Amino acid sequence: MKKPNEMTIVEAAKKLRAKEFSVRELWDACAAAAHAQNPELNAFLEIFDAEQADIEAAQRRIDREGDTAPPLCGIPLAIKDNILIEGKVASAASKILENYRAPYSATVIEKLKAQNALFVGRTNMDEFGMGASTENSAFGPTKNPRDTSRVPGGSSGGSAASVAAHLALGGYGTDTGGSCRQPSAYCGVVGFKPTYGAVSRYGIIALGSSLDQVGELANSVADARILFDAIQGHDPLDATTLPDKLYEVSQTPKRFRVGVPQHLLEGVEPDVRAAFDTTLNRLRDAGHEVVDITLPTSKYALPVYYIVLPAEASTNLARYDGMRYGLAKRLPAQAGGKTLLDDYVETRAAGFGDEPKRRILIGTFVLSAGYVDAYYRKAEAARVLLRREYDEAFKKADVIAFPTTPSPAFKFGAKSDPVAMYLEDVFTVTANLTGMPAISVPMGEVEREGKKLPVGIHFTAPHQAEERLFRIASAVY
Amino acid sequence: MATREEVKKLAALARISVPEGQLEKFTKEFDAILAYVSQLEELKLPKGLKEEKPMLRNVFRADENPTAPGAWTKKLVDAFPEKENDYLVVKQIITHE
Repeated sequence: MKKPNEMTIVEAAKKLRAKEFSVRELWDACAAAAHAQNPELNAFLEIFDAEQADIEAAQRRIDREGDTAPPLCGIPLAIKDNILIEGKVASAASKILENYRAPYSATVIEKLKAQNALFVGRTNMDEFGMGASTENSAFGPTKNPRDTSRVPGGSSGGSAASVAAHLALGGYGTDTGGSCRQPSAYCGVVGFKPTYGAVSRYGIIALGSSLDQVGELANSVADARILFDAIQGHDPLDATTLPDKLYEVSQTPKRFRVGVPQHLLEGVEPDVRAAFDTTLNRLRDAGHEVVDITLPTSKYALPVYYIVLPAEASTNLARYDGMRYGLAKRLPAQAGGKTLLDDYVETRAAGFGDEPKRRILIGTFVLSAGYVDAYYRKAEAARVLLRREYDEAFKKADVIAFPTTPSPAFKFGAKSDPVAMYLEDVFTVTANLTGMPAISVPMGEVEREGKKLPVGIHFTAPHQAEERLFRIASAVY
Repeated sequence: MATREEVKKLAALARISVPEGQLEKFTKEFDAILAYVSQLEELKLPKGLKEEKPMLRNVFRADENPTAPGAWTKKLVDAFPEKENDYLVVKQIITHE
């Protein structure tokens, strides 16, 4: 018999309505698991106290509305530390925002509250989303529940670990270059990144504004869909949310043509490749077709990303100056601190970790006069080329598939070289550069040092064709 | 190859600082990242490509429908590290030296 916290959202929603357990019992099961396991995992930066009124309101709504109550009513969820919840600290795992209390809630939080969802806590991440392991958190890394000597992936590593370890029934993260999908692959859960603009970013701490999207982490594809449906939609407070029907409505076929860019798979480790091929065979057996496609510009996707992202991040991080909120260092006059500028530099030098500093330096460089054409503008032009190639490939294929990562979760400290860490995102960044939706679902396990570690398969679909992803992902997991 | 001085200058432009002891490391890493992203130089772009904008791109919303004056004042002022009534206190902006 599964404990309440070990159920999927779909299962728990059913049990809540059948009165097999109460919202309170479900909350207590998650909170107990979170308090028991967090000292080891560090998935949560803060576990929230039970909000008695919210728990009771959710219970009343289920009692009153039954099946018509929203599926997330009374469901405890994990929220990444860069999503604002009014009155709670939102630090983006950075010292510079360690004391920042959100004066308002993100649109996604308002939507979840309106559906009486509950929040277990705020989850650990790489500082401002910069990283693929949570090792860049200012508050210590999260451990992978499947093997605690390994990273959970990142940047939404805390959300992925909390869902994999059943400390919450589902989680939200943000995905700028793979930050929901890569940790999901490493922790053995489902990770989803919707079409750019499908979900409001109002109240999300910005990293790369042309790439950022709120994503979902779940224990099943059906749960990922519920989590996405609960928060999607146009928001007047985010001018970049999708208007209805911006893109041509695409059909979801019964039998899929799954496009595979074989030419990109060279660096994939042999057993990950084998798991991928086995999964493709399973899809063939289920009546789907696997077709070969080429995406020649994809080999430049990662360099493009690591120009665009630092440029946008350095711009977004310029607002943290120690003046109005957050960390506020003051250089004393006797130490030479005469003007405002001295306090800016003092605050930013103390508040940002090494990775934000590296990216601020690179971002400042690629945007500087004399280099902006060769770097940032060329990278933006390359994105157009990438989109065109994907559009072309989608004439031959309904979805595009590759492994989410070339290898399973790595050990702490294994990627201390920044460029080695960047290579983690090699397969996931393109969906952010093109704005297309993508999903990672578990496709099996590979063995490392006697431990079985999960690996994921990644599907990309055309803009606003989320439905295709849920359909094909359900055929795998 | 970037020099330590160049990295220091970039840091100053970006209003951060890199401690002397870490300058060597940051300069090396900066070079490695730049060398990696410079692969993009090889990519040949078709003519006229640069003008094409994506259908949905990041924009600021129009500056309209402001909230009522004072609606957020208390919450925002509460977060100020230094204040005098509702005013934010900062050091002087320029020196006369």
